[in-house]
Amino acid sequence: MILEVKNVTKVFGGLTAVNDVSFDLEEGQILGLIGPNGAGKTTLFNCINGIYPLTKGSVIFRGQQLNGLPTYKVADLGLARTHQIVRPLNELTVRENVMVGACFGRKNMGLGQATEVADEVLAFVGLDKRAGLLANSLNVAQKKRLEMARALAAQPYLLLLDEVLAGLNPTEVTGMVDTIRKIREQGITIIMIEHIMHAVMNVSDRVIVLNYGTLIAEGTPAEVQGNQEVIEAYLGDPDLAERLLEEERG
Amino acid sequence: MSAQNNSGLQPPNTSAAPAPSRFRSGMMGRLLTPGLVVILVAIIAAMIYGATGGAARREAWYTVLLFVGLASSLNILLGYTGYVSFGHIVFFGFGGYIGFFAIYQLGWNLLPASLLGGAAAALLALGLGLAILRLRGAYFALATIGINEAMKALVINIPALGGPNGMVLNFGIYASYGGAAQAQWTVYWATAVLTLMVVLTSYIVKKSKFGLGLMAIREDEDAAEVMGVVAPRAKTWAYVISALFPGILGVLFFFKASNIEPAAAFNLNRSIELLVMVMLGGQGTVLGPILGAGGYQLLRTTLLTSDLALFGLKIKDIQLAVAGLLLLIIVLFIPVGFIGWLRSRSTRLRRWLE
Repeated sequence: MILEVKNVTKVFGGLTAVNDVSFDLEEGQILGLIGPNGAGKTTLFNCINGIYPLTKGSVIFRGQQLNGLPTYKVADLGLARTHQIVRPLNELTVRENVMVGACFGRKNMGLGQATEVADEVLAFVGLDKRAGLLANSLNVAQKKRLEMARALAAQPYLLLLDEVLAGLNPTEVTGMVDTIRKIREQGITIIMIEHIMHAVMNVSDRVIVLNYGTLIAEGTPAEVQGNQEVIEAYLGDPDLAERLLEEERG
Repeated sequence: MSAQNNSGLQPPNTSAAPAPSRFRSGMMGRLLTPGLVVILVAIIAAMIYGATGGAARREAWYTVLLFVGLASSLNILLGYTGYVSFGHIVFFGFGGYIGFFAIYQLGWNLLPASLLGGAAAALLALGLGLAILRLRGAYFALATIGINEAMKALVINIPALGGPNGMVLNFGIYASYGGAAQAQWTVYWATAVLTLMVVLTSYIVKKSKFGLGLMAIREDEDAAEVMGVVAPRAKTWAYVISALFPGILGVLFFFKASNIEPAAAFNLNRSIELLVMVMLGGQGTVLGPILGAGGYQLLRTTLLTSDLALFGLKIKDIQLAVAGLLLLIIVLFIPVGFIGWLRSRSTRLRRWLE
């Protein structure tokens, strides 16, 4: 197991954002993390990579407890992530942004090697033509790719992708899904939060579903798609309308 | 925007040639740039010009070099790391006091006393950094003002440091430096060389992995940490480096002046003028604080010695009013400063203006 999440709970004041969530992740897999808006998906990411201290539970990454470690220690151990709301280092160039990931990530590269890796990764995500520009000159889709490039440059064991497909057009989505598959082929394990169902169902080996902070389903994409509770979480109770009509009639 | 770049995320194209690297291979290759030449020429020209026109010119250019050194030190924290230190002069004053005490009370020579002053300032920054660098934005800036004022109040209450009156060197002490006139030259050259070292340090930091980490912190500290930048450690080192040189420069300054007192050592106006210099030239660039400090200091000298009057009234400390106005104009219209503005105008200039 590359990652073991055990009974993770995160409480903000009176709100339980993540409630007793447990799951395991095998090396080399892509795990889809889905759920309605506000279900606690990003909060769970923040719990895993150390942005939030856990209220309860533990996260074990490659045999090591992550609880209480600052985010830079977590990065050092080989866990990288992207942000749902992009966070480019605006006044640095695109290449320098990616070099930060390479220099301070798992491999702690020197500047020379980081430059090479940055250029490779930028070519991989299709930003090589923008390498010399300031990051704030990119559009949103490009900034999403930059987020991904920065995370990849760290050469992590585990990559957390937070809605990298959101806001992309259908062609871009197809391209990004290909990229995600290629990343997995390099041996990197991935957890991806995603709202675009066909994409996440296509690419994931397993899917877990959060609703109101609670894990309500876990399994292969096909299993999860057929799960009654999941359908209800997304669409409401499918039989409710029928039942109400029955009541009215009779 | 080309169609290529809007066509989504292409899988890697193995046949694509890698983009040309901005850096030449090896550390020396990375450091030797046209920009470095410009910087060295600027400082060395100022050093030599100041030394070749008699005592009056030397005095004017001594202050220019001193402030170039101080502003460039501050820039490592303010420009690279993005932490605004309003009270940076505390390191100049504190280092100055410690070194002056070593000369005055312990009979130390200027050289070890200067190094002691620098070490004391760096240590102070190390201690302070661990405590206040977790504050962000305005809170950090306010804390730095508080520290400067607190240090002033503390020194006033220490009789061994001369209390509110400070300490005055016996003029005879200059005999061991070849007389008072020679001592002035010694301090001039020592300050000039030190300023050159500050600027080189600033340049090396900017070009280093450490500097890249600092700039990542400046842009988004949380995101930088997520990428693995050990922000608490990097910030503390930036603070220590930016305090070390002002400490040494302070010892030289007060030795030259032959006296030290709390109001002069911990002068908040100076601190604000330092900020103006950095902002004026361009925060986060190496050349910016050099030009900013030089330009501001020359303007200041002109204003101080002119008989400028408004409606027949001689205005006291007009340079401070001008500093305030300049700061306002910079912040409103060219927040990147003069060099930053030039760099943004032309990619060709960028190679020459680091």
